[in-house]
Amino acid sequence: MSFPWAKHYEPKQPLMRWLDEKLPLPRLVYNAVGAGYPVPRNLNYFWNFGVLAGAALAIQIVTGIVLAMHYAANAGVAFGSVESIMRDVNAGWFLRYAHANGASMFLLVVYVHIGRGLYYGSYKAPREMVWLLGVVIFLLMMATAFMGYVLPWGQMSFWGAQVITGFFSAIPLVGEPIRVWLLGGFAPDNAALNRFFSLHYLLPFVIAGVIILHIWALHIPGSNNPTGVEVKGEQDTVPFHPYYTAKDGVGVGVFLLIFALLIFFSPNLLGHPDNYIEANPLSTPAHIVPEWYFLPFYAILKSFTANFILDAKLWGVLAMFGSILLLFFLPWLDTSPVRSANYRPKYRIFLGILLVDILVLGYVGGAEANARNVILGQIASAYYFAHFLIILPWVARSERPRPLPNSITEAVLAKHGGTSIAHSAAQA
Amino acid sequence: MPRIIASLVGAAFVFVLGLALFGTAKTAIQEPAAESAEHVFHLHPENIGLSSNGFFGKFDNQQLQRGFQVYKEVCAACHSLKYVAFRDLAKIGYSEPEVKAIANQWVIEQPSINPETGEAATRKNVASDHFPSPFANEVAARAANNNALPPDLSLMTKARHDGANYVHALITGYRNQPAELLKEFPGSKTPEGLHYNPYFANLNIAMPPPLTSDGQVTYSDGTKATKDQMARDVAAFLTWTAEPNLNARHAAGVAAALFLLIFCFLAWGAYQNVWRDVKH
Repeated sequence: MSFPWAKHYEPKQPLMRWLDEKLPLPRLVYNAVGAGYPVPRNLNYFWNFGVLAGAALAIQIVTGIVLAMHYAANAGVAFGSVESIMRDVNAGWFLRYAHANGASMFLLVVYVHIGRGLYYGSYKAPREMVWLLGVVIFLLMMATAFMGYVLPWGQMSFWGAQVITGFFSAIPLVGEPIRVWLLGGFAPDNAALNRFFSLHYLLPFVIAGVIILHIWALHIPGSNNPTGVEVKGEQDTVPFHPYYTAKDGVGVGVFLLIFALLIFFSPNLLGHPDNYIEANPLSTPAHIVPEWYFLPFYAILKSFTANFILDAKLWGVLAMFGSILLLFFLPWLDTSPVRSANYRPKYRIFLGILLVDILVLGYVGGAEANARNVILGQIASAYYFAHFLIILPWVARSERPRPLPNSITEAVLAKHGGTSIAHSAAQA
Repeated sequence: MPRIIASLVGAAFVFVLGLALFGTAKTAIQEPAAESAEHVFHLHPENIGLSSNGFFGKFDNQQLQRGFQVYKEVCAACHSLKYVAFRDLAKIGYSEPEVKAIANQWVIEQPSINPETGEAATRKNVASDHFPSPFANEVAARAANNNALPPDLSLMTKARHDGANYVHALITGYRNQPAELLKEFPGSKTPEGLHYNPYFANLNIAMPPPLTSDGQVTYSDGTKATKDQMARDVAAFLTWTAEPNLNARHAAGVAAALFLLIFCFLAWGAYQNVWRDVKH
C-alpha cells in the first residue's frame, strides 16, 4: 500500500532497531500516521475532523472507564450513584460532564466528517470500503450514545429507552416478543439497564476496531482532497508527519477549547432538565425528546402519520432506519465520475439544500408537534429521501462539470497566482 | 438498474409522506388546534442575576446561608434534600462546630433502630448524614399534602428549564386567577385545593404559597427579609445544592481556557513554521 515515494522507516537508535526486528509496531505507526504516509498537500481544515473524531473517542474511553469505576448499573441506585460521582468523587463532576458533553462533541465532529465526505465525494471509487466502514462506525456510535444516555436512569433515560425499544414492536407479529426479549422485561428496568451498561462498555472498543479497518482501507488508495483529483506524483503530496500532525495540532487545540467551554461553563446546555429527575415509570414527561444528535432522525420517524398498506408507525421506523442505511448504497447511487462538489454546479446546490433540510429536520425533531411543524417535517423528510434516492442518481446526467485541474499541484499553483493551465487543458 | 430501484424506493417514501402531509393539512384545516389556557397564560421567569452566573461567577456564601435558613425554616417542612449531607454545609462557610450543631438540632431525626431491641427508632443527625426526608415514605407524603408529592429539592434548579429563575418566579408568582382567563377558557378554573401560578407549566400548582409575608424568617446578617429577597436567597441556595462544585468548575474553566488559548496559538505557530516552504 501507499505510494512508491513514501518514506521508509529506518530506525537509527539501536533499541528501536532491535524492536523493529522483533515487533515492527513503530514501523506500523510510522506508515499509518507518520512520515511514511504521503498525503495530498492541498487538504483544507475539513480534513482535521477524522483525527478529531479519534481524539473524541479516546477521551470518551478514558473518562468512561473511570466513570465505570464509580457508577452502579442497578435501577435502584444508578441515579444516586451518578449524583455521588457529581458530589463526592474527586473531580467526578469533571469526568461526568466531560463524558456527557464528549458524546456531543464526538457526534458533532463525526457529522462534519461525514459532510466532508459527501461534499468532496470521498465515498466514491476507489474509497467505497472506507465509506462503508465509516457508516458502520456511525451506526455503532448511535447505539453506544443511546445506551449511554440511558445509564443515568433519569426521566429522559427511561422514556427514551421506552420509545426507542418500542420501535421493535412496530414489526408485525414478532415485534412485541422481540422487544420484550431485548429489554428482558415488559418495560425498561434493571435487566435492560444492566445489558445497556454491558454493551455501552463493549461497543466503544468495537468502534476502535472498526476505526483501524477504516484507516487501513483509507491507506490503500490514500486520502482524497478538495479537488477530488487523484495524486499523480510526489509533488502532489507531503508526508503526514510533520505536515498534517502540525495542522491537526491546531484543530485539536480549537476542538479542546470549545469542548472545555462546554464542560466548564455550560455543561447542561445540550442536556434535558428532565434527566435530573429520577426515572419514574408512572410519570410520563410532557415532551420526550432524544439528544440533539438524533433529532433529525426522530423528525423523520414522526413525519409518517398516514397508514398506507403498512401501519404509519412501521413506515416511520422503516424510514428512520432507511435514512441511515441508504448511506451504504451511496457509492453506487452517485454515478458522476467527478468527486468534488466544487466542480459539480448542480449537485452542489442540492447538497446545500440537503444541509438546510437536515437542520430543519433537527428543529422539527425537538419542537412541539403542531400542524405547522409536522408539515415542515414531512416536507423536509420527503426531500431527504428524494435527495439521496431520486436526485443524486440522476443529477449527473444533466450536469456539466466545471473543468478539473490536471493535478493537485496545478490547482495549488493556480490558487497562488501561478499559470492557470487548468482551464484550457481540462475542458472535457 | 440500481438507480431505478433506488428511485422507486425513494418515490415510495415520498408518496407516503405526501399522503401523510395531506392528512395533516386536512386535519389542521377541518379541526384547527384549540388554544389552551396553559399556552396563553403561561409566563416565563425573569432573570434574577445570581452571583454564580457567568464565566467568573462564584457563590455568595452569605446569600447561600440566608437561603439555607429559608430552606430550613420554610421548605424543609415538606421538601427533602436527599443528595445533600450536613457536612456539605462546610462548603458554604459554616464552621465544623456549626455544622455539628445544625445536624444535632435538626427537627427531623434519622431513621434508625433501637440497638437493644432492634425495633424501628430515630436518632439525632450527625454531620455525615444526608438531610432526612420530612416524610417516612411517599404514601405519608401524599397523605399529608392533598395527594400531591413534594419533590426532592437537591437537583431542582437543574431539573427545570431556567432553574434558579424559575424557582424564584414560582414562589413569588402566586396570584388570583385573572378574569380574562376565565372569560376565555371557562373550563379552566383552578380546581379546589390547587393554587393559580402562571409560572407553573399547567398554571395550577398543589403547593400552597410558601412565602406569605415579609419577615417570615429573621436574617442574622441584617438583610431585610422581603418575600422577593427570601425567594432569591433560596433560589441561590438550591443552585448550590444542585451544583455544589460550581466554584471549582468555573475556576478550572478559566485556567483551562487560558491554557488552551496559548496552546492554540503555539500550535498555529508550529503549523505555520512547518508549512512555510510548501504552497497548499
